[in-house]
Amino acid sequence: MKRRKYPLDQALAGYLLVLPAMVSLAVFLIGPILYAFYISFFHFSFLDPQNATFAGFGNYIHLFNDPVFLRALLNTSLYSLCVVPVQTALSLFLALIVNQVKGKTFFRVAYYLPTVTSTVAVSVMFIFVFQPSGLLNRFLLLFGIHGPNYFNSPSFALPSIMALAVWSTVGQFMIIYLAGLQDIPEEIYEAADLDGASGWARLTRITIPLLRRTTFLTVVMSLIGTFQVFDQMYVISGGSGGPLNSTLSVVLDLFNKAFKDMEMGYASAMAFVLFVIILILTLVQQFVLGREQE
Amino acid sequence: MSKEIVQQRKHHPLLYAVAILYAVITLLPFVWSVYTSLKPTSQAFNILTPLSMLNFKSYVSILHDFPFTHWLFNSLLVAVIVTGGNLVVNTLSGYAFARLRFPGRGLLFYVFLGVMMIPGQVLLVPVYILLANLGWIDTYQGLSIPFLLSPFMIFLARQFFLGMPKDLEEAGRIDGLSHWGVFFKIFLPLSRPLLAAETILTFQGNWNSFLWPVLLETSQNMYTLPVGLNSFYGQYNAYWNSVMAGVILLTLPMVIVFLIFQKQFVKGISTSGLK
Repeated sequence: MKRRKYPLDQALAGYLLVLPAMVSLAVFLIGPILYAFYISFFHFSFLDPQNATFAGFGNYIHLFNDPVFLRALLNTSLYSLCVVPVQTALSLFLALIVNQVKGKTFFRVAYYLPTVTSTVAVSVMFIFVFQPSGLLNRFLLLFGIHGPNYFNSPSFALPSIMALAVWSTVGQFMIIYLAGLQDIPEEIYEAADLDGASGWARLTRITIPLLRRTTFLTVVMSLIGTFQVFDQMYVISGGSGGPLNSTLSVVLDLFNKAFKDMEMGYASAMAFVLFVIILILTLVQQFVLGREQE
Repeated sequence: MSKEIVQQRKHHPLLYAVAILYAVITLLPFVWSVYTSLKPTSQAFNILTPLSMLNFKSYVSILHDFPFTHWLFNSLLVAVIVTGGNLVVNTLSGYAFARLRFPGRGLLFYVFLGVMMIPGQVLLVPVYILLANLGWIDTYQGLSIPFLLSPFMIFLARQFFLGMPKDLEEAGRIDGLSHWGVFFKIFLPLSRPLLAAETILTFQGNWNSFLWPVLLETSQNMYTLPVGLNSFYGQYNAYWNSVMAGVILLTLPMVIVFLIFQKQFVKGISTSGLK
């Protein structure tokens, strides 16, 4: 061992500088995660921790027989599967447009504004615009359409939250796409022009294929984000996930199981199922991006 | 530059029409919220309210008759503490991982990278129990101390410091500076872009955060703005003008910060996309 590689004073300085992060990591991350994993095998209530009983895999098995959790998982998957493609396509579409017009800064700022806005503020704004006699329905009435009472309808509440999610995140992904577009060398387009490629061919043969890394990244990022949705559901349904559980997300269900029903062992099992879903998404991302770089 | 020239020859009125249409879709809810907040309650659902009826009474009312001023103070205080703490904790470790050699450095860094994949929701139950045992529920320390670490910021800081030339350190050492001196006198003054990105991302995240605050803030006195607005909306949702004044109060500070630092925001987002 070459001890000389680590001069003592440098090693000491290094440890001192990472110390705050290490303490925080141990106390607020690793310790709690291990504890959560442990109690996920118990029937554990915070109000009565002495009487926790061992459940084995009981909590995990129960999850997949629990109609409320399955509904939350279905809602969250639907939400994710609808929001992600629409958001990705729309943000690419807008990036392509903004990239070609003057006043780029204005559009970039305008589209990005919802991203810096609190989800609580956005949810309340949308509740107002989506009121039975709100702005949206007034607008639809011009075309003779009588809009529903969006957030009180079991069939319209979740799609309305999806629309809110797309509206509030498109700007962020558009900016990532704009950065991706800057990386495409202009010579490729010039060569395509010489070959007489149409605008459509330029888009489908050059732009979209060359942006696939960006697209992949935004898709995974937004899958991970959408699977963790909570704020909008909580504010819009007043914490209940209603009407009729139609806006119950996995995290909202977890929150209610843990802190309303005080079933913390069960809620922890739920958290680990969410963890595994997100871990799989992240690993797929790492794997594909790693392979691309080779 | 050549890109700009190529783009000039192909703008098309239709592109502008679509860009403007989407700008309207994005901005209209904001404009509508401001407009509603200036109306009397009875006019909330009117499309055309006479300008003479618009005033700031609902703002005065929420700031004066309801605890919005207090919530604003809580939000600012917690966001400032959390941002300051994050700057110290994550910048220091990012620097150590990039520029100092010590046994176990590689392993430790991988641990931090690894925990980036863990969704924060897994921590809800155990950290709540921990904070309850510490008696930190509904306190400022409970709202700030567990949130000072960000593996992503450590990663950003490490990347930033790795990108700086080796000569800097050597020059400092030759001048007789200690490791601390090298960091504080040479690297830190050059880290403004890093600190700006860290500040913006952390401040924005904390200002808008809701999941942890709604769990940890149990008394009205401790509410931060998002939790306060949610509770106010729950109780007074017939008073749309006041609710919308609350929405604007929560939104406006971030929008102002964004408009001032929009270049850094865009840079922050682009880097987070490229991680």
